[in-house]
Amino acid sequence: MRHLKYLPVIGAVALVVGMNACKPKNAGNAVTGDAAAKAYVAPGKYDEFYNFLSGGFSGQMSVYGLPSGRLLRVIPVFSVDPEKGYGYSEETKPMLNTSHGFVPWDDLHHPELSQTNGEIDGRWIFGNANNTPRVARIDLATFRTAEIIELPNSGGNHSSPFITENTEYVVAGTRFSVPPDYENGDIPINTYKKNFKGHISFISVGKEDGKMELAFQIECPGVNFDLSHAGKGKSHGWFFFSCYNTEQANTLLEVNASQRDKDFIMAVNWKKAEEYLKAGKGKKIPTKYAHNVYNEKTHTANSEMKTEVTVLDSKELKDICYFIPCPKSPHGCDVDPTGEYIVGSGKLAALIPVFSFDKIMKAIADKAYEGDFEGIPVIKYDAALYGEVKKPGLGPLHTEFDGKGNAYTSFFVSSEVVKWNIKDLKVLDRAPTFYSVGHLCVPGGDTKKPNAKYMIAYNKITKDRYLPTGPELAQSAQLFDISGDKMQLILDFPTIGEPHYAQAVAADVIKNRSVKFFKIDENTNPYVSKGEGTTKVVREGNKIHVYMTAIRSHFSPDNIEGVRMGDEVYFHVTNLEQDWDVPHGFAVKGAVNAELLIMPGETQTLKWVPDRVGIFPIYCTDFCSALHQEMQGYVRVSPAGSSVPLMFSTGKNQPAPESATAK
Amino acid sequence: MKKLLFLAVICAVFAACGGSSTPEKNPYVQEGAADKKESTGNPSYDPKRGEGKFTHVDIAPALDPSMADNGKKVFEVKCNSCHKTTDEKLVGPGWKGVTSRHTPEWIMNFVTNTDEMINKDPKAQAQLEICLVRMPNQNLSDDDARALYEFMRKNDGVK
Repeated sequence: MRHLKYLPVIGAVALVVGMNACKPKNAGNAVTGDAAAKAYVAPGKYDEFYNFLSGGFSGQMSVYGLPSGRLLRVIPVFSVDPEKGYGYSEETKPMLNTSHGFVPWDDLHHPELSQTNGEIDGRWIFGNANNTPRVARIDLATFRTAEIIELPNSGGNHSSPFITENTEYVVAGTRFSVPPDYENGDIPINTYKKNFKGHISFISVGKEDGKMELAFQIECPGVNFDLSHAGKGKSHGWFFFSCYNTEQANTLLEVNASQRDKDFIMAVNWKKAEEYLKAGKGKKIPTKYAHNVYNEKTHTANSEMKTEVTVLDSKELKDICYFIPCPKSPHGCDVDPTGEYIVGSGKLAALIPVFSFDKIMKAIADKAYEGDFEGIPVIKYDAALYGEVKKPGLGPLHTEFDGKGNAYTSFFVSSEVVKWNIKDLKVLDRAPTFYSVGHLCVPGGDTKKPNAKYMIAYNKITKDRYLPTGPELAQSAQLFDISGDKMQLILDFPTIGEPHYAQAVAADVIKNRSVKFFKIDENTNPYVSKGEGTTKVVREGNKIHVYMTAIRSHFSPDNIEGVRMGDEVYFHVTNLEQDWDVPHGFAVKGAVNAELLIMPGETQTLKWVPDRVGIFPIYCTDFCSALHQEMQGYVRVSPAGSSVPLMFSTGKNQPAPESATAK
Repeated sequence: MKKLLFLAVICAVFAACGGSSTPEKNPYVQEGAADKKESTGNPSYDPKRGEGKFTHVDIAPALDPSMADNGKKVFEVKCNSCHKTTDEKLVGPGWKGVTSRHTPEWIMNFVTNTDEMINKDPKAQAQLEICLVRMPNQNLSDDDARALYEFMRKNDGVK
């Protein structure tokens, strides 16, 4: 009888062992003893790296610390964010303006940090909108979206926002070829081959202020442009774009765009394009695209509609574009730190081709072409090829570099990362990912100077990795220590939205430039209140402007009367604090948009149209002090045509006139 | 014996964890009275001067009116949400008589090095107990702080 007691225990042990036996790839096998210590960052200590992740269909960019995987911030970029009032405050609404009007959502795929001399300089990070084609610049002093530019003649901006080694240009390439904006688009879809074009865009970036301008576009044959990377070092002056659907299919691409054994990597000589542009070879084409800039002094965005773009024709201007055959439906197009090797990752290929920049240059000089594709020379495969990595895995997607002669390639279908040597093309190590890895990131892994302590894999599927949360599960990142010969998995962390590409950089490059608050003296918002003495409420027809201040722990004014039905009320709230980490929030009952979150020294405006007569509380939403719960006030709304005078006050408990209290 | 050893190990572990760092001061809790602080606190702390960059400020007997005007501008943007020029407390204490309660160095250190002063200074802590709102650091420049002091002097009747 006594030994029976242990039976359930033995049973449980057997069960656990049994389950392990069924699942060879589980975490227990992949994680070794010191992983926790390697990913541990003690409370109160800073992480060693910033990691910027695309939010994919969330439209935002998230910032994590490495190696802890702690979420530091979500930066709103292409989607509205009611939490921060982004896209809801009057000041930020113009950021999301496009030629289609206000667009509250997009799909952000790739972050790219600005560089100087091929090294990350920590000034800006760019992001692309895949749906309504745009590029955004985020200022890393404020971690806020500073500028968004729309791209004409494009449908889906995927091969973006990759940059040249001194951030001279950030590029964009149309994923979906479409008839150009200046042509009649009301044509049968099956005239793709004849009428659809692929435009790639070069956006210049101001050396000092980062200001973006659409410098020129290059009209290319109608294919799908997928990803890109700039040449560097010896190949500076060139840009490389992967292309698929060279079959030029317009339906069931899953089958019809997978017919040919090889598609292309397109090499673009952008220095040559600049020469043509200077020589006046570009055509000025009428179009319409929005250019939105956030001004940090007025704390207000301005949206300007541009009406012209200069286009260079790749067919006429022969020596800008060259096609290099690349097996098969290439996705990633990555250039190693020396600028000599260009790695194409064919989603459906069983090998990884590595092209040589020197050989490409020689092939062009020798005119070693196998023909042309819609008027653009196609270089012979062998004339451009350095070599192939044989049997690396299934479904190669993206490659990053460690600066020590090695490359790391993700394999979606076989769910693994493969480390290989660029020179001898030999596979050195494999690590499973959980599951279906897309992009990879090594800090500085696409620059001239990688800082290769870690490699992060961004996975599309997490299945059984986290506690179930209904049908929708978190996507995830997996952190590997790559300081040794073998990759070592040390941490999983879930992500915001879908992480596509990511960037990482040593914290020192960014953290010391971080703005702590906005100087109130420099605030030139037209509705700023510099001190409580300047607060007021002004009626202009049916518009009521409330010039309001917030400081721990009250609003001024906090009692407002004389608002009438039919009025539009604009709360212009200035945060008078001048210290780090003291935002105030502002909310009013029944507002159909969002709250405001106002940083110290900043002015933000919430528009509110009262929908009924009554008393409406306002309050601070961001716990600011011991008396935060006291940070509140009231707005009285009277019927249309009411004779209640416009009044506002703070700290005056005026007795109401008899007539007003009488029922 | 085994048990004892086990206990000893536990104690050692606890001691190692507990003894290594001094606990952070809780800003909401008043630690002892002002006099106790002065006797047991940092002996280098000068409660007359406060803590900060200002060690000695020369003040002329007569008011500098234009400097006081500059101080008034700073007051209107950064201070008057919480302070009155009378002796009435709003969020923070009223300013009437403040120049006779504190030295110029103490005031200028307090308005420029607010957090550290609230953490260290007995008089600042006594005020926190009354007001319960930590005064925000409004990031005044040195000139702002000096001008503000002149405005306080004017408010206290210096001509």
